Amino acid sequence: MEKQEPVIRVIDLKKKFGDRQILSGINLDIHKGEIFVIMGGSGCGKSTLLRHLIGALTPDEGSVYLLGQDISKLNEDQMDPIRKKIGMSYQGSALFDSMTVGENVSLPLREHTKLDPNVISIMVKMKLELVGLRGFENLMPSQLSGGMKKRVGISRAFAMDPEIVFYDEPTAGLDPIVTAVMDKLIVDLSKALSVTSVVVTHDMNSVFRIADRIAMLYEGRVVEVGTRDEIRNSKNPYVQQFVSGSPDGPIKFFQQKDDYLETLTA
Amino acid sequence: MNFVEAIGGVVTTTYRHIVDVFGLLWDTVAWIIIGPFKRKFPKREGISEQMVFAGIQSFVIVFFVAFFTGIVIAMQSAYQLNKFGATIYVAAMVSVSIARELGPVLTALVVAGRVGAAITAEIGSMKVSEQIEALETMALNPVRFLVVPRFLALIVMLPCLTILSDIIGVIGGFLVGVYNMGLNPYRYIDFSFNFMTWKDVSTGLIKSFTFGVIISIIGCYMGLTTKGGAEGVGRATTTSVVTSFVLIILFDCILTGIFYFSNI
Repeated sequence: MEKQEPVIRVIDLKKKFGDRQILSGINLDIHKGEIFVIMGGSGCGKSTLLRHLIGALTPDEGSVYLLGQDISKLNEDQMDPIRKKIGMSYQGSALFDSMTVGENVSLPLREHTKLDPNVISIMVKMKLELVGLRGFENLMPSQLSGGMKKRVGISRAFAMDPEIVFYDEPTAGLDPIVTAVMDKLIVDLSKALSVTSVVVTHDMNSVFRIADRIAMLYEGRVVEVGTRDEIRNSKNPYVQQFVSGSPDGPIKFFQQKDDYLETLTA
Repeated sequence: MNFVEAIGGVVTTTYRHIVDVFGLLWDTVAWIIIGPFKRKFPKREGISEQMVFAGIQSFVIVFFVAFFTGIVIAMQSAYQLNKFGATIYVAAMVSVSIARELGPVLTALVVAGRVGAAITAEIGSMKVSEQIEALETMALNPVRFLVVPRFLALIVMLPCLTILSDIIGVIGGFLVGVYNMGLNPYRYIDFSFNFMTWKDVSTGLIKSFTFGVIISIIGCYMGLTTKGGAEGVGRATTTSVVTSFVLIILFDCILTGIFYFSNI
């Protein structure tokens, strides 16, 4: 696996929003067929990184190679063929609420292929079957629960038989059982359809259930990359604190106490 | 210094918004003209859906506004013309002022409030719930997918609604003229159409076409630039309607000036 050309390669990626440096030099290689988890606390830049990987944001410096092409240098028209090879499952599922579940899943097929409507409707049933929601085609997204919406979102991400699927917080806000179901779904889909999966999450239980490899992000940098066991047994204090979920450690959630008095009296 | 800075800030943001609005208009027109050559046609179902919403479903409210405006213009002008004993000119007054001015402007204002607000609210809530980004990730351009159908629907339906409102307004004036002031119905119709030239109607339609562009582009622009959750959607919708209103009146003034001074 290591010998192959990576499907995603990030080289020295930097991004600033206003004066805030969000990403300060990210380097990553993601290989074909693996489940790669990007983890890190809130505000560490993992969503921003994900948006660079799908081409929704362009880097200030550095480059992102997706399926062999530097997407930071492509224009909209050149980007479209690559976009058809990736799927994305959003945190809030991002289903089109003016369309039924079936129409949501079939939208990319209807727009990008010349398939017969009957074929498309069969494909929609197959895609929904993947996530265990066959028979829900005619419901509106507003009639579904949060977990079901996310599963429809995943089935829509798989509609075009993508090579890479991105998941933004696939288990956020779900109960433990549904979380476990989602994790199993991600693993099963990746293995069965041999797609590369990139998962952004901060749910440690999920991370150790699904990941082949893990990258830990902190303050816009990759602190460590490794397999499940390497991360679990890491000596790095940042990784240790995050994995054990401890409030004390190098990652600070409160401001330094020294200037507290000055702030109060200022 | 702060005052100067504040003015500078307002000027630069306004300038950027104007540039972006023209950018969106350019993109939209480009998709309509160049899109078909790339085998990317605007969606027919999308356009007809928007036409039904923007046009047909706006008819009832446009009907009432135009009808009562016709009645009001008839009564107000009768009040003035009575002094000269020229009440028959009420017919000309109503037909010309409605065709040139009140038909296009009032229809546009009603549609801006009803359709422009709905466009911004819908696209804005799609934006804050990541649906716009999802479209882009599926290689579906939001301008082609969302803006083009709304733009086409409005530039077609707003002139249509304006023609209907012209007719309804004249009927409103007719009812007052004939049943209240006792004017001869045949002479009333005669006067209405003798004084109303093709030029009056066509300048009105050019105006309403322009207003259709304004309402759709401002509505879509405010929607696509929405930020900050439900509150942001509310704010964007308000800004969209207010901006459309001001621009409609502004462009009405500019176009009237052009027609007036160029003797079209």
